Amino acid sequence: MNDFVKLDAVDLRYGGDGGVQALRGADISIAKGEFAAVVGPSGCGKSSLMKLVTGLMPTNGGRITVAGTEVKGPLKIVGMAFQNPTLLPWRRLLKNVMLPLEIVQPHRSRLSRHRAEYVEKARDLLDRVGLKGFENSYPWELSGGMQQRANLCRALIHEPELLMLDEPFGALDYFTREELWGVLQEIWLEKKFTTILVTHDLREAAFLADVIHVMSARPGRIIATHRVDFPRPRTLETTFEPAFVDIVHAIRSQIAQTRSEAKAA
Amino acid sequence: MSKPRNRLLHLAMPWLVVAGLVTFWHASVIFFQIPTFVLPSPAAVFSAFQEYRPIILHHAGFTLMNTLTGFALGVMLGVTLGIAIGTLPLAYSGLYPVLVGFNSVPKVALVPIIVLWLGIGQPTAIATAFILCFFPIAVNVATGLATVEPEVEDVLRSLGASKIDILRKIGLPRSLPYFFASLKIAITLAFVGTVIAETIASNEGIGYLIIQASSQFRVPLMFAGVFVIAAMGVCTYVVFALLERKLTGWAMRGK
Repeated sequence: MNDFVKLDAVDLRYGGDGGVQALRGADISIAKGEFAAVVGPSGCGKSSLMKLVTGLMPTNGGRITVAGTEVKGPLKIVGMAFQNPTLLPWRRLLKNVMLPLEIVQPHRSRLSRHRAEYVEKARDLLDRVGLKGFENSYPWELSGGMQQRANLCRALIHEPELLMLDEPFGALDYFTREELWGVLQEIWLEKKFTTILVTHDLREAAFLADVIHVMSARPGRIIATHRVDFPRPRTLETTFEPAFVDIVHAIRSQIAQTRSEAKAA
Repeated sequence: MSKPRNRLLHLAMPWLVVAGLVTFWHASVIFFQIPTFVLPSPAAVFSAFQEYRPIILHHAGFTLMNTLTGFALGVMLGVTLGIAIGTLPLAYSGLYPVLVGFNSVPKVALVPIIVLWLGIGQPTAIATAFILCFFPIAVNVATGLATVEPEVEDVLRSLGASKIDILRKIGLPRSLPYFFASLKIAITLAFVGTVIAETIASNEGIGYLIIQASSQFRVPLMFAGVFVIAAMGVCTYVVFALLERKLTGWAMRGK
């Protein structure tokens, strides 16, 4: 198998030996260019998974490989976006979006000499997510939805090989969320970066992902993997098709089951 | 809605309050027939200021010089300590309790020791101002650095940012508002330090002038000295407040 991201029996414990077991024996394989979603009951270790894959946190057992090499420290090829937009309030939007270029090579050394070219790229990206004309605004002058759009741009500007999204649309209203699904799908279809999306929203997972991994309640492991084969680009109409509703329904009952098992235990 | 008039009123308010207090003071002195050696009237203070202006300004210049020098040294040490404490966990564990202990010592108690080392005059005044003012700067800079949102740090680390990158791109800009808030406190503390040192061990400066005036019962001159210190304090405060607004306007969200 030619997996881009592979987790092999990964364990994670918080707070030493007597601590909370967050993950136990988690196995996931994600192919290059695949859009994977991870769903599960709250507190099941989904967000921990993000930190492990990106190397921000060490495992307590098992093996994680990304692009063929074992993860030992923070990766350098990742774009990340969280539920909280985390834009820097002292930077205008354009400079916020361009932040990764000041860090990641080779852009870092090219930035000062090729600034115009990079500015152009950042403007294009902002334009695509519907933020044309806001390049010189400060983040706190914008609504939450607009900040999240800019956050997405920041995660993508350096064309990462791996995009990690942790509930990126969780705090947004229903309509903005659905609109951003479309925007994200469009950019992904064009660039085909490998993406891992952690979410509570099962419709979101089914709309965006090629594969949905369902996690159990804590200690988290993968209890089911669903392929989602709807043709792309998917539209909001897709979400009302019976097959789509069936998948969402099936995942929903799996999560409900693992939750009740956890409560019983 | 009369916004411009409202704004004007806000600008005028401090002056109105001062004018009100001075009027009340003057009226009380006359009404209760308070002798000048207990509480001189504002008019007497002002005429003392006019009479001794060259001397007062000379001493004020000395005090201002010492304060700013001590303050500059304090900013350097404060920022260095703040960055160390805010970024290195070991420095935090090691230095923070020591600093808190040091800060709880009343600094007046240190002046005689400083005199012993540095003698009477300028170096002692500078050292006292310095010792008084670096602590709030260190604590505030450290706080700004230590409260960086972990998620922002994660975003940068996953891009391969080094500790220095994170400090430069996030830590320092983020702690700038904390830094400026501390400057406004530190500059007034520096004045306190200088004047304390001058009253104890100096032949120059406003502190010395006040002590001299006191021993000669020239009460209006003492008050004139106090007002000059207050004026210098307010002026330096305003300078930092303006700088703060210019450099960290984002922290006030455009208000």
